[in-house]
Amino acid sequence: MIIEYVGVNEINGSLIAIEGVKDAFYEETVDIMLDNGTVRHGRIVQLEGERAVIQVFEGTSSISLTNTKTRLKAKPMEIALSPEMIGRIFDGVGKPIDGLGELFPDEYKNINGTPINPVSRVYPKNYIRTGISTIDVLTTLIRGQKLPIFSGSGMSHNELAVQIVRQAEIADNDKGFCIVFAAMGVKNDVADYFKRSFEESGVLEKVVMFLNLSNDPIIERILTPRCALTAAEYLAFELNMHVLVIMTDMTPYCEALREFSSSKEEIPGRKGYPGYLYSDLASLYERAGMVKGSEGSVTQIPILTMPNDDITHPIPDLTGYITEGQIVLDREMNTRGIFPPVNVLPSLSRLMKDGIGEGFTREDHSALANQLFSSYAKVTDARSLASVIGEDELSSTDKKYIEFGRKFEDEFVNQGDDANRSIEQSLDLGWKLLSILPRSELDRIDDSLLKKYLPSEGA
Amino acid sequence: MNLNNRIFGINGPVVTIKDTKDFSMSEMVYVGEKKLVGEVIGINKNLTTIQVYEETTGLKPGDIVIGTGAPLNITLGPGILDNIFDGIERPLKEIEALSGAFISGGASVSSLNEKKLWDVTITAKVGDKLDGGMVYATLPETKAITHKLMVPPHLSGVVVKTGVNGQYRVNDCIVVIVDANGTEHKLTLCQKWPIRTPRPHKTRLSSDIPLITGQRVIDTLFPIAKGGAAAIPGGFGTGKTMTQHQLAKWCNADIIIYVGCGERGNEMSNVLTEFSELIDPKTKRPMTDRTSLIANTSNMPVAAREASIYTGVTLAEYYRDMGYDVALMADSTSRWAEALREISGRLEEMPAEEGFPAYLPSRLSQFYERAGRIETLGGEQGSVTLIGAVSPQGSDFSEPVTQNTKRFIRSFWALDKSLAYARHYPAINWTTSYSEYFSDLDPWFKENCGEEFVKYRSEITNLLQEENRLMEIVKLIGSDVLPDDQKLVIETARVIRIGFLQQNAFHKDDTFVSLEKQSLMMKTILHLHNRAKELVSKYIPISEIKSAGLFDKLIKIKYDIPNDRLDMFEEYINEIDITIDKILDSRR
Repeated sequence: MIIEYVGVNEINGSLIAIEGVKDAFYEETVDIMLDNGTVRHGRIVQLEGERAVIQVFEGTSSISLTNTKTRLKAKPMEIALSPEMIGRIFDGVGKPIDGLGELFPDEYKNINGTPINPVSRVYPKNYIRTGISTIDVLTTLIRGQKLPIFSGSGMSHNELAVQIVRQAEIADNDKGFCIVFAAMGVKNDVADYFKRSFEESGVLEKVVMFLNLSNDPIIERILTPRCALTAAEYLAFELNMHVLVIMTDMTPYCEALREFSSSKEEIPGRKGYPGYLYSDLASLYERAGMVKGSEGSVTQIPILTMPNDDITHPIPDLTGYITEGQIVLDREMNTRGIFPPVNVLPSLSRLMKDGIGEGFTREDHSALANQLFSSYAKVTDARSLASVIGEDELSSTDKKYIEFGRKFEDEFVNQGDDANRSIEQSLDLGWKLLSILPRSELDRIDDSLLKKYLPSEGA
Repeated sequence: MNLNNRIFGINGPVVTIKDTKDFSMSEMVYVGEKKLVGEVIGINKNLTTIQVYEETTGLKPGDIVIGTGAPLNITLGPGILDNIFDGIERPLKEIEALSGAFISGGASVSSLNEKKLWDVTITAKVGDKLDGGMVYATLPETKAITHKLMVPPHLSGVVVKTGVNGQYRVNDCIVVIVDANGTEHKLTLCQKWPIRTPRPHKTRLSSDIPLITGQRVIDTLFPIAKGGAAAIPGGFGTGKTMTQHQLAKWCNADIIIYVGCGERGNEMSNVLTEFSELIDPKTKRPMTDRTSLIANTSNMPVAAREASIYTGVTLAEYYRDMGYDVALMADSTSRWAEALREISGRLEEMPAEEGFPAYLPSRLSQFYERAGRIETLGGEQGSVTLIGAVSPQGSDFSEPVTQNTKRFIRSFWALDKSLAYARHYPAINWTTSYSEYFSDLDPWFKENCGEEFVKYRSEITNLLQEENRLMEIVKLIGSDVLPDDQKLVIETARVIRIGFLQQNAFHKDDTFVSLEKQSLMMKTILHLHNRAKELVSKYIPISEIKSAGLFDKLIKIKYDIPNDRLDMFEEYINEIDITIDKILDSRR
């Protein structure tokens, strides 16, 4: 027997409360039928005796205390899954919006997922070649990793993400590769840009898109990445595909969470964000990885725009504590027209140490990357000194550093959005740049490697 | 047992029951049909509040709640080592066998393997009088560690019956004792202990033995004592986890408890694979033989994350009571503090600083004060050393968790972002870090490493401080204008920074360095400095000394001298003397 509850007792933002509810369970989904015939969807977020607080995905506008009937659906929030998903476009809660009809699902899954048992994880070791020097050499992307791009409004993070998708050699063969794209609160133009770029590079039929645009309901935004990741887990761990998940943009997602939290009258933590922001973000990011007994993998590239370019803002801060490294974009480089505008020093890939070197990339990779980082860090010192005493007054070594810094940015970092460099090309370029510096400054590299790879002067 | 206690409200991991008087504070309860584990965290006239250690999706008001009558406790016995648990001591391997790669709620598994047979040697005899903490049997838990079975702390009595030596399971009774009241107690291979109560000991001993870590910057500049407490604060990407891993691998404790508290799943999987491949230099057995892991990753239930720290320290105390030196790595205590904040928020408590509950400092002190070197109830000496990573919000050390932690620890290893950016690892900043153990430990260093060790250390510290002061000037006017003696300080400090403080965790020789080699390295560097000072005082330009290449040679000394060829230092000192004498001669 299906019971319908007539009317609601309270409306607050996107939440409604109903009294007298029996036999409901936590996080159960509900349908809310309005008098005008439309149906909205919701989820129980708090239970107190017979009072249920329900989150309405489509928003509460035009709901009154009397014009609704609410029906419990006796199941948690689920998404329909099928291999046919690939190439389709869905809204933020997993309903097809590309006009190609409903999906014939193989199964339904709870979008919250369940945590991967740490002992079942396979430690990620296979690197993904992206053809981008800064990423391949200095912050190598590993299959099963979560590596966010920290950007700011107006910087070219979308272009970088598209270039990664276009050039990434993620799978050993083409068959097992697909992309899950989750847009959260992005502009229509941005979603179009991604769609067009996927089309041009011929990967569109391998993309599953979940779109929650900036004018879509914010409550759906909280569900979008969960739907996308449930789809990704299904494709990776049940269909054994290598899945690259791009989530853009995490900032509107967190803001939606804050809005939702404050309408629930929860006690806020830092900057008004709920105290559980860390756990909530972790429940998304930790869904990347590989598990025993499956050949697939979930690799995540979340994109977030740092409010006011502030890396200590709670969103990038907590993200950085969960993800395995970060790629940080720099506004000054972006203005100078360097693409990709990667700020090398704060960028990091935690998993690269086990995925590079002999047998993976090349034996000199690790030492070279270390040396480039440490030398480039000294460029900053030399530059700040030059800004005080002028470049002419610098010691000859410092002058070399200035030259190295300039060439490093112009040649190594800057490569344009169509250059696809091989690992060898990128590494050799790094060696060429190091040869600018006096040999005594190269203190991170073994002599044998120096002998083998460092181009001799004048050569 | 009362079957009438029913759930009233649910909000995230917090569940409430109305109008009941059956529960006590901190009591462990089972919630719902799936028997999810929970703990009573608040009682008032109308409502009893419970935090649930598992996902609460699917719970209904009206579901049953069953009390256990005891506080949240864990099982202590053989099988803890070489194992991996979640925050409330459930073995993750068993859960995997039960529910596959993804953890589903309500998995009821026993903490220790109940089927495994252990080779028990019973040492107690009929008629013996046993007090709490005394050993009644031993067994080899792993090839490296002997597990001692001890009488639970608050029990004592006379042995009336013992089994014979042989193979037993965890729950088999092997000794029976009768206490003063004439009550019989059956002793098995395991005992229970509530995680929030420190295990008792006889007396506290002074912390005058260092925990040797093989990491130069820690051992020489900022040492920690066995039984001490240390914090490693650092923003993301500064290498907290790497430092913790290095310490867990190489420090000279007998037992390592590694608590991954709200951290990354891939990291734990890395620890698992790496530790099983590494060989402990002391016992020649895999590192896992002396290690127990507690993994409550960031996406696992938040309440269990809060408990994981206590679970870890209780396991550590248990092995301490057997007379072992135990080191506990908690990565990271900030995630634990955030779990406190999250639950406090759900309880609608009045927040203090940054939304953290007002009892944050007292909880932190309760944790760190469980460190210590002690005499056990059984009369042996053991220690628990606590090393907690702190992840300050926005890399700002003035935030509440870092500041409050600082009050309860004595070694502070501050990780520095700019050092990490320059890939200077371990990125421990030598100006902001400190250790309060010097005065306690110096007698030990003088006795075991020679008087000069302490002298070298203070010279190195002085040079680094001098450099720090000079760099302020260099930043303004460049290094060329400095007089030669100051240039020499900068050059030597460079050798110290790159050649000594920087340490490569991936290099086979450099990953662990004995105190003897550390001392010789300091000696060689300081020898060069003093000889070069001689030249400078004779107005020989520093550039001439530099071009001889000695400084650059010393930077690579950590790689060039293998750990088993310490005699090679003599050659280096000779070479320094010869080269410098040559320069002197040419000037005459």
